[in-house]
Amino acid sequence: MAIASGLTKKRHAKERLVRAVTLLCALVSIVTTVGIVYVLVSESIGFFMEVSPWEFFTGTRWTPLLEPKSFGVLPLLNGTMMIAVGAGIIAVPTGLLIAVHLSEYAAQRTRRVVKPLLELLAGVPTIVYGFFALTFVTPLLRSFIPELPVFNALSAMIVVGIMILPMVSSLSEDALAAVPKDLREGALALGATKGEVIRGVVIPGALSGVMSAFILALARAVGETMAVTLAAGATAKMTLDPTESVQTMSAYIVQVSLGDTPQGTLEYQTIFAVGLTLFMLTLTMNLLANRLVTRFRQRYV
Amino acid sequence: MSDKSLSTEHRGQPPIWRALKERLFLLVCLGSTGFGLLALAALTYGLVSEGWSVLSWDFITAFPSRFADKAGIYAALVGTLWLMVITAFFTVPLGVGTAIYLEEFAAKSRITRLIQVNITNLAGVPSIVYGLLGLAIFVRTMHLGRSLLAGALTMSLLILPVVITSAQEALRAVPHTYREASLAVGATRWETVRNHVLPQALPGMLTGIILGLSRAIGETAPLITIGALGYVAGLPRGPLDSFTVMPIQIYNWASMPQKEFHADAAGAILVLMAVLILFNGTAIYMRQVARKRLGS
Repeated sequence: MAIASGLTKKRHAKERLVRAVTLLCALVSIVTTVGIVYVLVSESIGFFMEVSPWEFFTGTRWTPLLEPKSFGVLPLLNGTMMIAVGAGIIAVPTGLLIAVHLSEYAAQRTRRVVKPLLELLAGVPTIVYGFFALTFVTPLLRSFIPELPVFNALSAMIVVGIMILPMVSSLSEDALAAVPKDLREGALALGATKGEVIRGVVIPGALSGVMSAFILALARAVGETMAVTLAAGATAKMTLDPTESVQTMSAYIVQVSLGDTPQGTLEYQTIFAVGLTLFMLTLTMNLLANRLVTRFRQRYV
Repeated sequence: MSDKSLSTEHRGQPPIWRALKERLFLLVCLGSTGFGLLALAALTYGLVSEGWSVLSWDFITAFPSRFADKAGIYAALVGTLWLMVITAFFTVPLGVGTAIYLEEFAAKSRITRLIQVNITNLAGVPSIVYGLLGLAIFVRTMHLGRSLLAGALTMSLLILPVVITSAQEALRAVPHTYREASLAVGATRWETVRNHVLPQALPGMLTGIILGLSRAIGETAPLITIGALGYVAGLPRGPLDSFTVMPIQIYNWASMPQKEFHADAAGAILVLMAVLILFNGTAIYMRQVARKRLGS
């Protein structure tokens, strides 16, 4: 009896220990988030003591490494959004239509072959897309637009668009599949053709899920780094012309990291202020996408 | 609402027009899939045509060089291997531990939900932001410098959400009857998890770990941010040594103006992609093993 209760005690102590250890593991992810926010904010505070947030968020010149120094983040934001939107223009309609094709039309066999092939595109490292843009897409574009510079936003848009394509298509496919069968059958029974059902019932029914897929993909494009660094160049400017070279927020962080800017200087702190802006932007997009998808799921439960 | 738009849109349209529209829509859908496959084909063609010629045993076993035709990827390949091993060392226990806590121990409380939502959001944080975190915490505050250890810690945090989420899915796929049977004969929760749930969930977990690591193999930006770029003469001999990895080697060569180095970059990409395909192939195989074992 005494032995048995001793054993039980030991087993329960072990139980508590394991529970505590796994809880600690789970807390690491919370600590990571706190760490990210702490690092970005604490390093940015020093920067915002010198440069007013007003100047930072409304200035249209970004030349922190050259005299006369200017710290307006808008050109970087402009470059980032231009490439993300451009990539979205390529990936969003194409991805949605791929999802429609695979989930509504394609035979089971075709689906089994095509889907993993497309997912390969999502597994390709972004540095590879950058190299592809530089050595393949830009030369190809140059045969149509001869005056296109080596570094340009257009080829970055194209490769980032290809990169986020599988994400748009597989998330949209999930959304389309979630639309109940009776809605489709109802519309078919009323005499609608298959295409009319898809355009008039399935896509509108899946809209918030599809929207969430779009936003997630755009957030991914906003945070993308290596492809845009290699393809779009390093000239921060306010332009909407895709044939020019632009710089994104992430590409700027890479540029400073590559150089030998001394720690603790204002120039060095810029990467944290830019990082904070990038983080807030992607976080907002991700939260929005999650809200949309939660609402979407509730609708068909 | 949709029904209304259907009836007004199509009232009075001749059947031929509707049939034509039907065809056209299918064609556009097919074309989109075609575009995706074409992009994959162009990518493959572009890389193979550029890099095939430099592939040789010497290319794999040679160190970087100032001369494009003598340069190789040995140091980068060894660096990538080191980085993966150390990253796995940190991320596997953390990821699996978190998943076990969330799936097997935690009550459905507000804190559990907070942890879950937090993991989802971490998955969406751009990799370069993890690089800034690594720079401030591991490189500077912990004085690890530009070492393998600093790189691996940064990478572990980066892939942690992927590993946690797939480990959770693997645990969830184990039927409840396994747990109930074990608990009914007097096992504690942890005994149940260790002896009955984990063995069943193992292949599924391995899939997630491999997918997470294959993401880390291709990541460049966070390593550049922590300062891992630069000429590295020898091989790392311990976790505190400086290092280079495949994507950084590729970046170095790709940003050279000479064409010959671009061929080296493409060759290195082909090797990297071969490693990734091997990894992903293993992951897919594991997933099938997991499905077969759990009979679904």
